[in-house]
Amino acid sequence: MKKFLSMLLVVVMMASLFVACAPAAKEEETVSAGTSEENTEESKGLFAPIAKEDIKVGVIHITDPAEGSGYTYTHDQGIVGMQKALGLADEQIIRKNNVNDSDTTAIENAILECIEEGCNIIFATSWGYMDTCEAIAEEYPDVIICHGTGYKSNGKNFINYFGRIYQARYLSGIAAGLKTKTNKIGYVGAWGTDNAEVTSGCNAFAMGVYSVNPDAEVYVKVTNSWFDPEGEGAAAQALIDLGCDVLSQHCDTPNPMLAAEKAGVYGVGYNSDMAKDAPKAVLTSTIWNWDIFYTWAVQCVIDGTWTGENYYGGLAEGFVGISELSDLCEDGTAEAIKEAQDKIASGEWDVFDGEIETNTGDKATSEHYSDVNWYFKTVKEA
Amino acid sequence: MNKREPLIRVVGRAERVGKQRVLLTVGAIVLALAFGAVFLLIMGYNPLQVYATILSGAFRSKLAREGTVKVMIPLVISTLGVTLAFKMRFWNIGAEGQIIMGAAFASYFALYCAHWNHWVLILVMFLAGAIGGGLWGLIAAAFKIRWGTNETLLTLMMNYIAQHIVSYLRDGPWKDPEAAGFSKIARFDSNAALDKVLGVHFGWIIAIVLAVIVFVYLKYTKQGYEIAVVGESHETARYAGMNIKKITLRTMFLSGAVCGICGMVQATGADVTLTTNVAGGVGFTAIIIAWLGNLNPFISMGIAGAFSILEKGSTVVQSSYGLSADCADVLQGIVLFFVVASEFFVRYRFVLRNHKEAK
Repeated sequence: MKKFLSMLLVVVMMASLFVACAPAAKEEETVSAGTSEENTEESKGLFAPIAKEDIKVGVIHITDPAEGSGYTYTHDQGIVGMQKALGLADEQIIRKNNVNDSDTTAIENAILECIEEGCNIIFATSWGYMDTCEAIAEEYPDVIICHGTGYKSNGKNFINYFGRIYQARYLSGIAAGLKTKTNKIGYVGAWGTDNAEVTSGCNAFAMGVYSVNPDAEVYVKVTNSWFDPEGEGAAAQALIDLGCDVLSQHCDTPNPMLAAEKAGVYGVGYNSDMAKDAPKAVLTSTIWNWDIFYTWAVQCVIDGTWTGENYYGGLAEGFVGISELSDLCEDGTAEAIKEAQDKIASGEWDVFDGEIETNTGDKATSEHYSDVNWYFKTVKEA
Repeated sequence: MNKREPLIRVVGRAERVGKQRVLLTVGAIVLALAFGAVFLLIMGYNPLQVYATILSGAFRSKLAREGTVKVMIPLVISTLGVTLAFKMRFWNIGAEGQIIMGAAFASYFALYCAHWNHWVLILVMFLAGAIGGGLWGLIAAAFKIRWGTNETLLTLMMNYIAQHIVSYLRDGPWKDPEAAGFSKIARFDSNAALDKVLGVHFGWIIAIVLAVIVFVYLKYTKQGYEIAVVGESHETARYAGMNIKKITLRTMFLSGAVCGICGMVQATGADVTLTTNVAGGVGFTAIIIAWLGNLNPFISMGIAGAFSILEKGSTVVQSSYGLSADCADVLQGIVLFFVVASEFFVRYRFVLRNHKEAK
């Protein structure tokens, strides 16, 4: 009987918890991103405009922006930039940090919490969020979900955003090609040739090197992870041991740059200006200016001009670029980069134009970075 | 008075029961909240506000309540699983691995038999999940019976094996061919996903039904009685003519099977794919819940509910106040510490030196 009583008490406790928070449940309804039926004919947008004060932006981060240098930090800087540019209040941005991108339940809860708090547009920054974004976008057709770096979209409220980072990598390759003395340049890549994003970036970098220094070879070492602090450092060290005197990277931590600095060689960082991490090594860094996209996307929602098309910006939009060249760069670097940059930004020429010789002796052509699954002729797998 | 008597002594006492025990737990929770409040104050937050946000984050809307239930489902089912083994004093620390194997077995059918009739497929996946988890549990029991291995270590280590099996499947045979070289398993066809009932996949119904079954099984069946006797004393069981080997194997299979069902429910209901995170620590939390719930399925359900509220609510606290996820973990840790510590006072009490025992 006493057992029964104690059970009853537990039930009562639980019930009182439910009752206690009943008033908090008043925000039952989720705010929608406008309905398409209100569309006027002159506006091409899929959704009605939303007043700036009513907009709410959700952001799903894989780590914490406080990490201060890598992927999440740069995305969050983009969000901060967007917030400033549009003059949004802090309460209008909902951040969900440390959302593990292989924990589907956590991703789903994070996105749903954003929707629950009334977000009209949600930015999901990590690749692994893709399938969950797709499913939720279908369930909530009035909420816009933008997924970074993936390949899925529905042409309406679920789009993909990414950029021609290879263009920036080409420019950074010029700095590296002019700097190397051993004519061996290292490249720490997250994935091998079956990943076109990493491979196209590595090729563009090597082609930038080649444009100013045809004798230099690029040695690539793969970590098989986007984020592997230890592995990235170890791969960098292996490349240095191989005789590389300039390192570049396509992975999330500044560890390759730190390894370069420690060994007294040079490097090209990625994501944010890694000169702040390794000032004695970093020549420049290939960077994303995510704020360009975030500002544009949120502005579209405010104006009611959202078309549901994917975003794929490059040097021309200022969406990708390189950070300020450090004093470590060779003379003439700035001029050479400027020349290439003008050519690319004006649309006169792009990195993968025409036939390209691969390191297996074949010829390859590429319409889009996603079909680059081969290495440029000067690339060697280390 | 003996001078060498320590200042404070621990003295055993008659086990507290009923009201006293509930009061003790409530007291522990109140103390934990108070300490948590001090921690939050030091961090510069208003503790009342944070606590209120935890509650509102877990209940403020239909979506929030659904989210809380979604967190609760795997906790409840896996707690039921370990409860079966614990009742027999068989230390199954391997719920995590059994969840993963159950999910993996079920995922095979979700990936390769997605065109089957929906309910046939769900039933087959359910059975596959139970068998996958059950076999994984059975291995540890078989080793214990045959070679007297330590089941705590064996079940624990088999968690890692299970996790790496899923990594292997993800990187190799089950890799999503459409993922352009990325390592992931494809999202299941919607035909292989659990249907939603009242907004949440029907895993919650499975959880409730299982709780009733496990309660009845342990309390009112012959097999349940056998488990209790084997748990109390092998000698007694042997004297009563029970086949301890058989009971151990059967119970561990059932324990693993229930955990396997949890894995199936997570993979097909919540995740709609298979990831290495399908268990995500649930199997370990279940151990704590089972003990706090005194191995009673219904009390465990209540405790799992409290855990889910804390878990779901703290993610909202995190985004509302910028309180890092680690702070939420500290809060959870404080609550756990106090509640677990209070268990000590169920059976013991402190006696001060010079304090005449008023018997």
